[in-house]
Amino acid sequence: MMSSGVILLPGLVAAVATAVPLAVVNWHSVLFLLFAAVACACAVAVVLADNVVRMAFYLVLSLASTAGLFFLAGAEFVGAMQLMIYVGGTLVLLVFGVMLTAQAPFVAIKTSAGDRVLAGMVGAALLAVLLQAAFRVESWRRPAMAAVAAPAATPIGMALLGVRVDEPAAGVPAAAVRSGYLLPFEIVSVHLLVVLVGAAYLARAKRRRTPRSIDVAASSVGPVVTAREAARSSASALVSGGGR
Amino acid sequence: MNTLATGLSFAATPLVAGLFDAPVGVAHYLVVGAILFTSGVVCMALKRNALGVLMGIELVLNGANVNFVAFSSPYLRGEGAASLGLDGQLIALFVILLAAAEAAVALAITLNFYNNHATVDIDRADDLKG
Repeated sequence: MMSSGVILLPGLVAAVATAVPLAVVNWHSVLFLLFAAVACACAVAVVLADNVVRMAFYLVLSLASTAGLFFLAGAEFVGAMQLMIYVGGTLVLLVFGVMLTAQAPFVAIKTSAGDRVLAGMVGAALLAVLLQAAFRVESWRRPAMAAVAAPAATPIGMALLGVRVDEPAAGVPAAAVRSGYLLPFEIVSVHLLVVLVGAAYLARAKRRRTPRSIDVAASSVGPVVTAREAARSSASALVSGGGR
Repeated sequence: MNTLATGLSFAATPLVAGLFDAPVGVAHYLVVGAILFTSGVVCMALKRNALGVLMGIELVLNGANVNFVAFSSPYLRGEGAASLGLDGQLIALFVILLAAAEAAVALAITLNFYNNHATVDIDRADDLKG
């Protein structure tokens, strides 16, 4: 394994060096290939990994590489938001979820081999359809370089305030397409607030009530505790004991 | 050893030259988006860990975002009617925000499920089965 890598590496370097002189290398393409390879490989690795901690790590790498793809496409504000909100926020949330539920039997839950084969076939079929659609349109294969793209952060901010300052598309009446995004922005902000309050309510720590004397007296002669309730209370005791 | 290296370099030369010379178009971004989307769908269908299903959803949303950004890119689509313009980037931003909200709620539900059932295996979530 090691020796074959040692043999192959000079060959690859020689191939690259003879094929492309350094001056004419299209660095946009090279960086695109790098980021795209990391994003796709890590996305496939998320599917193939069994360990949930490794899945989270591969997902971080995949989403960060996708942010690099956004930068390369000229959407630097979206790329920065991808890094800050997705990689910095959502995935940290997911990793916390992994840590809170990472009891030994749940770190790696195996899927049966038949399910894996079936999912692989369905996935391959879906991928074939999507790839065929991607290469179907002729004008999608070549870039149509605009001369210089202005930074998009200011127009995005103005559009979120309801004012479009970017140029309308040629041949389209300006009033027909240029709508601001003030109302969706407000809806999303209220939605985020509601969602975060609701999530905090759903995931709150449930305190066990301190038994009062009347409850103790009632429970001593009370109804029979079912097996499920016993299991549930022991599980919650386990969780709260592990959390403290 | 040397012959192997030179042979490899000759064999790989046209392929590598094509890879490094060819400019990137929208189709390249669509391929990346398709692979991310397919991985996410398979991940959602295959994983038995509830958090694995969540990660599949993140991958699907991210694949859609790649397509939106590619179609709105001034480098790939130019200026004019062919490009989504700023709308694609704004939709991608909204998708990122809604994914954050969705992850928060889904994580809260998962933690609740874990508190009640002492597992995160979604095959055990069959309380509603008649």
